[in-house]
Amino acid sequence: MNAIEISHLRVLRGGRVVLPDLSCTVSSGIITGLLGPSGSGKTTLIRAIVGVQRVLSGQLTVLGRPAGSPELRRLVGYVTQSPSVYADLTVSENLAYFASMAGVARSAVPAVIETVSLGAFRQTPVSQLSGGERARVSLAAALLPAPRLLVLDEPTVGLDPVLRQELWDLFHRLAQDGVSFLISSHVMDEAGRCQQLILLREGRVLATGTPPDLLRHTETKSLEEAFLRLIAAEVTS
Amino acid sequence: MTAQRTLATSGRVLRQLRHDPRTVALMLVVPCLLMTLLRYLYDGQVQVFDRVAPVLLVLFPFTVMFVVTSVAMLRERSSGTLERLLTTPMGKGDLLAGYGLAFGGAAVIQVGLVLALVLGPLGLQIHGDLSALAVVALLDALLGTALGLFLSAFANSEFQAVQFLPAFVLPQLLLCGLFAPRAQMLPILDWLSSVMPLTYAVDAATRAAASATWTPDLGTDVLVVAACIPLFLILGAGTLRRRTP
Repeated sequence: MNAIEISHLRVLRGGRVVLPDLSCTVSSGIITGLLGPSGSGKTTLIRAIVGVQRVLSGQLTVLGRPAGSPELRRLVGYVTQSPSVYADLTVSENLAYFASMAGVARSAVPAVIETVSLGAFRQTPVSQLSGGERARVSLAAALLPAPRLLVLDEPTVGLDPVLRQELWDLFHRLAQDGVSFLISSHVMDEAGRCQQLILLREGRVLATGTPPDLLRHTETKSLEEAFLRLIAAEVTS
Repeated sequence: MTAQRTLATSGRVLRQLRHDPRTVALMLVVPCLLMTLLRYLYDGQVQVFDRVAPVLLVLFPFTVMFVVTSVAMLRERSSGTLERLLTTPMGKGDLLAGYGLAFGGAAVIQVGLVLALVLGPLGLQIHGDLSALAVVALLDALLGTALGLFLSAFANSEFQAVQFLPAFVLPQLLLCGLFAPRAQMLPILDWLSSVMPLTYAVDAATRAAASATWTPDLGTDVLVVAACIPLFLILGAGTLRRRTP
C-alpha cells in the first residue's frame, strides 16, 4: 500500500501556480526523499499533504484518507522548515504541551528528548538553543504521538555532520518499525540516504526512482550529476 | 474541544508569561501606578476621583489584555506554532478558551491588586456593590482578550497589532460617555457609541460603583458585555483556518 497517492494535483499559493499538475506516490515503510532546488514547490506539496494548504483540484490520499481528514491528525507528524516551537518555554515545557495537544501522556516526553539527543537541555529555554537544537525540539514534538507517516521539511539544514548522521540513523530505525517518511531537501548529498526519490523542478516531477536506478538510467556517478542531466534532457526535449 | 486540552493551553500561556517577568510586572504595576497618579491629580476633588476611578478600574484589564492577547496570538501565527497546532487533534475552541482562561486569570490578579490599592491606601469611596464592580472588571478583561484574539487575525506584524489599540480601543474610549455625556453627542456619534461594547462596560462600571444593588440597567450592561465575549471568540475561531491559500 502507498502512504501517499497524488494524482493531477493543482495548487495555487499566494495567487501563483506552484504545482500545475502533479502526480506521484510515496510508498509505505520507507524513506522517500523529495528533492529539488528551492522554489521548486517542495514546501507547497508538503503543506498540501499535511492538509494545511488549500488545493485547487486533483486527488490527494494520505494513509488511505483524503489529505486534511481529521483522523489523519493523529497519524501524520509534520515538521515545518523553521522550528515551530515556543521560544520562551523550555524544551520540556514545549514537549509537555505538544504531548497534551496530541493526546499523548506527558510521560512520553523524556524518551522523545533522549531520541533527539537533547537530554542536556531539558530545562533550557528554546530561545537559548542553537538553530540545530531548535530543529530537533521541533522534530521531537512531531515524534510524540508515534505517527505512522512523518513529513519533514528540510529537517537537517544547518546541522553538523555527526548530528545529521544521528538523525538519519533515527529515521532509518523508525522506518524499519514501519513508519513512512517523506523528507524534503535541496541538498543532493542527502538524496543518497533515501530509499526512494522524487525529483521536483518548477512544480513538476522530473523523475522518480531509487538512487541506484537514477544513476543507472542517467549513466552518471553522482545524484547531483543525474539531476543536472535530467534537467538538460527535459530542456532539449 | 476537551477540558484537558483547554487547561493545558492556558497552563502553557501562563508559563510563557512566567518566563517573562518584566511583562508580568508591567501588567501588575502600571495600573497601580496610574491609579495613584490619578488620585493625586484630583487631590482637591475627591468626588472626581470617585467618579473616574471605577471606570479606569475596568479599562485597565480591557486594554492590557487586548494588547497582550493580540501580540501573543500574532506570535503564535508567525512562529508557525499555530500551523503545527492545527495539524494536531486540538480543537480551535481549545486554543481560544485556553487563551481566555489564562488571561482572564491574569486579569483577576491585576484587578484584585488595583482594587486593594484604591479601596485601601487611596481611599476610594464606593457606594455601590463591590462584587458587581469586580465582575464587570473581569468581564472586561475577557472582552479585551476575545477582541484581541479576533483582531490579531488582521495584523501581519507586531507594528500593526500594536496600532490596533489606537485604532479600535481609543474610538470606543472617546465615545463611551466618559469624556462627554452620550446625551449631548451628535446622533451619529451616539449611535456609534451604542454599538461599541466598551460603552456598556464603562456604563456598567459607573452603575456598579453607584448603586448598592443590582439594578436592571446594570443587568442589561453586564449582559451585553458578557454576550460580546462569545461573539468575538466565535468570530476569532472563524479566522483560525486549518487550510490557508
